[in-house]
Parts: sequence; C-alpha cells; structure tokens
Amino acid sequence: MTVNLSEFDQSCLDGEEGPAAASAMRVIVRLAETMEASELLDVTSAHIDSCLYHGPAVLDFAKWLEDQGAKVKIPTTLNVSSLDLIHPDLYRGDKNWGAQAKLLMDCYERMGCKPTWTCAPYQLEERPKFGEQVAWAESNAIVFANSVLGARTHRYGDFIDICAAICGRAPAAGLHLDENRKGDILFRVGGLNESLLDRDVLYPVLGHLVGKHAGNGIPVIQGLPDGVSEDRLKALGAAAASSGSVGMFHAVGSTPEAFTTEEAFSGLAPIDVIDVTPEKIILARDQLSTVTDSKIGAVSLGTPHYSVQEIKKLFELFGGESVCLGVNFYVSTGRDVLTEASLRGFVKPLEEAGVTFVTDTCTYITPIMEAVTLPVMTDSAKWAYYAPGNLGVEVIFGAVEDCVASGISGDLCIDNNIWYEG
Amino acid sequence: MTFLVAGKANGEVLKLDEPLSFWGGVDPQTGEITDLRHPQGGLSVKGKVLMMPFGRGSSSGSSVIAEGIRSGSGPAGIIMMEADEIIALGAIVADEIYGKAMPIIVVEKSEYDGYSTGDLVDISEDGVTLS
Repeated sequence: MTVNLSEFDQSCLDGEEGPAAASAMRVIVRLAETMEASELLDVTSAHIDSCLYHGPAVLDFAKWLEDQGAKVKIPTTLNVSSLDLIHPDLYRGDKNWGAQAKLLMDCYERMGCKPTWTCAPYQLEERPKFGEQVAWAESNAIVFANSVLGARTHRYGDFIDICAAICGRAPAAGLHLDENRKGDILFRVGGLNESLLDRDVLYPVLGHLVGKHAGNGIPVIQGLPDGVSEDRLKALGAAAASSGSVGMFHAVGSTPEAFTTEEAFSGLAPIDVIDVTPEKIILARDQLSTVTDSKIGAVSLGTPHYSVQEIKKLFELFGGESVCLGVNFYVSTGRDVLTEASLRGFVKPLEEAGVTFVTDTCTYITPIMEAVTLPVMTDSAKWAYYAPGNLGVEVIFGAVEDCVASGISGDLCIDNNIWYEG
Repeated sequence: MTFLVAGKANGEVLKLDEPLSFWGGVDPQTGEITDLRHPQGGLSVKGKVLMMPFGRGSSSGSSVIAEGIRSGSGPAGIIMMEADEIIALGAIVADEIYGKAMPIIVVEKSEYDGYSTGDLVDISEDGVTLS
C-alpha cells in the first residue's frame, strides 16, 4: 500500500528540509507502510523514549540524525534515561556504559528536546489536550495519553518518536483514528468490596489482569467507581501495558471517551466479556510476587514516576518513622515533581527518614540499587513484572502501606485483610 | 503474506508460546530470553527464525531489536500473525543505519500454524518456505 504524501512530506523526502528531515521522513514513511496508513498527519508534541541507552545502536542512531543537523520541530519531552543527573553518585554501573548513556542524553538535548527525563510526561504542566494528535513513546505514557487525556498517539516504539519530532508528522493510523479507539473486550468488575475499590493497590493488580487477557486489544472496564484518580489510572495502564500490549483502555465513568459502556464500544457489541471476580483479582495479585518471604532487603516505589500526590501520601504514611537499618528504600520520580514536592515540604523529611529519591531514571532500568539477596518490595505491577528479569531480584508486590510498614520494620508486613474484608 | 521489513534469512524456527517483550525480555548482547515469566525463558533467539503471534510490552523493544541486529545476537528473521510497529521499527532503523536487513513477515494463521520449533526455514521475497 502506498502512503499518500503531502507536499511537505515529499519535500522532506526530497531533502528540501535538510538531510536529517529526509532521513527522519524515510523512517516515518517506512513505518506508515507497515501500519497500512493512507497518509500522514500533523502531531503537536512528542515524547522520546529513544534516550535510554541499550548499547551502541541507539547512540549510532541519535548521532546519525544529529550529524545530519537534526532539530525537533515541535515541543518534545524526554523519557527516563540510564543516569540520575541530579544525584549522579547513585549510578553504580559500568563507567563506560554510563559515559555512553550521557553522550546519548546530551545528543537528544542538543537536538532541542526538553530535559524532562520522566516516564510520566503527563505530570508536567504542559500536557496534550483532549483530541490532540501527538507522537509519544514509552508504553505507560502512551496508554495514559490515549486513555486518560483523550489525546491520540499510536503505540510508538523508539526511533519513530524523534523522527516524528523532527518532521512534526506521524502515520495516520492506529490509535490516531476514531475507528481504532473503540473498545473490544469488556471487563465486568463485580463482587469486590467497596473498601477495596477505594484502595490504590487494586488498580495495578487490575491492570495486570486486564493486560494479560486483552493482549493488544482495547479493554473496557466497567464497575469501577466514577472518577477514578489519575494516579490510579496511571498504575492500571502501566500494568496493562506490561502484561499485555494495551495502548488504550476505557474505564467507564472515568476516562473521557467512556462516559457510558455503549460509548466506549461505539454502540457495537464486545468481542469478549470477562468477569473480574475477587478470586481472579487475588490470583493476579499473587502473580506479581516471585516469592513469599519474611524479610525484605529493599523497597522500590515510583514506576511509573511518583506524582506529588503519591509523595505526599508517602510522607503521611511514614508519620515521622524511619526506614529500618539494612533496608534500602527508593522512590523514582521526575525532577519537576521532586522540585514541587520539595517546595511543599515532603522531600526533606522523607530523606531524613532514609528514603532515597531517584530522578531522571528508574531503579529497574539502570544499576542504582545496592545489591540485595533478600526480596525487593514494590507497589508497582510494572516494576514487579520487569525487575526480576532486568535485575535478577526476587520481588514481593504489596500496597504502598505494606511497603512503608515493611520498610520501617525490615520484616514483611502485608495487610491481607483488605483483600477479603466485607 | 506481507513484509514489514524486506530481507532474506534462513534458520531454525523458535516458535514462542506467548508474545515476548524484547525490552526486559531479551539480552541483545547474547540473544538470551531473560524474561523468567516467559515459558521459553532461558532459550536463545540468536540466529533463529523467531515466531510470535503479535508483539507485547515496552516501547524500548525497538532499541533492543536494533541492538540485536547490530551485535549479531538477534533473530535471523521474525514471523508474526499481526503487524507490530515496535518490532518493525527496530529492524527498519538497523536497515537504515547499518544496511543490515532482518526480515519481518506477517502471515495468515493457517500458514503460521504450519511451522513448529526446530523446522528449518528460508525467508525470501516469495515468503517462507521449509528448507
């Protein structure tokens, strides 16, 4: 299938906008062909995941663009990378690897991207509005932009993000288009007690379950309270994009394209209906832990990056207590959020209590955590999903309340009653 | 049959029981499947014609694919039932910057079901054939 190119697209390809735009447009058009897009469309912002160092190929690519004079054309934010530039001493990895990672980060800044270094660009002041067409990479940011903001991005991988930023164009296909945004699988949440529905910990577990069943479809979740908070929807989406390939979900009564179940399905019937029972929720929760143990070695929160509200909650949960000696307690967040949380007085007391804030990166993508033999506890389904493979650690999933209680005592403290009480 | 990325390959089929996220799932320097939750965790994708029904997981998968092609520890080719842009991008970029084309082909379910782990196959411009 041929992609119908606009005059501008063709002028890029022909090199009239410079060699970098020609190369970037060639990648966009090749991707558009695989997506069977009939044309390209304008995008108003980009979020770049390509800035995380995975080895020489990603740096070769960035240099290839920069050497051709690449500059971004639209507002462009940067995802996490391999280093914490605010707390550089936290990096414990190979020096050469770190140096290459820094070269990559510098390269993207020189191309005009904003050094936001966060996987939660939707927490920044300027974020896409409802209906806005954008080109975002980073699976949790994609699912949040589509589902919660009602902005439109396809499930973009690395490389295309910066190409779209250079040209301001992306394939008119996938989740950019109305017809691909309707739900296909209905998840009916039922039988869960009211108090569990109002706990943060339910949402990553639900996301894990939904992602496993939805694959690359668009799940519609019915039976949640109206107006579920952004932090909970963030946790749900991030989990669903880890256990599955979910690029968008609808939570009826909470997300902007699903005021009703009928709207979420555009009036069509679901292709499958799954009843989310208390038993299935418990099973999904248990899948997120690799061991049961009585002791923990570390806690890692903030995947995706913690918001100001989440840091505030952490501050309240600590209530003046401190992290147990021998336990490392990490919270990953964006540098802008850290600044805001500091201004509001939450950061210093937490640091004094033994909490280590990690910015610009995340504990499961780069060597930051001190070696532990005991399990690491987390409130993030995404962290629980990837950390065992990435870091070789055992993981125990729990509510943030459990993580704090365990971090303070050093012994595993999990309140199991919340899952069963009526 | 559609090529997401054109190219030639031959090798032994490794048919995955579940989709795999390349990032967090494969070590691009060795080709080992590091996702311990994956049923085929511990096996290597290096030089294999990898079969997976569709893609899964992180956007960084594109980078891991490109790095695997650069290092020579990636699959020789990939056969899928549904197009996946994250996987395609990695191969498109490796083709652009290194001139190394790893074919990715999307086939019908009937054809997909016809191949199993251990089969020796060729991928050419005509599609997939047993070698």
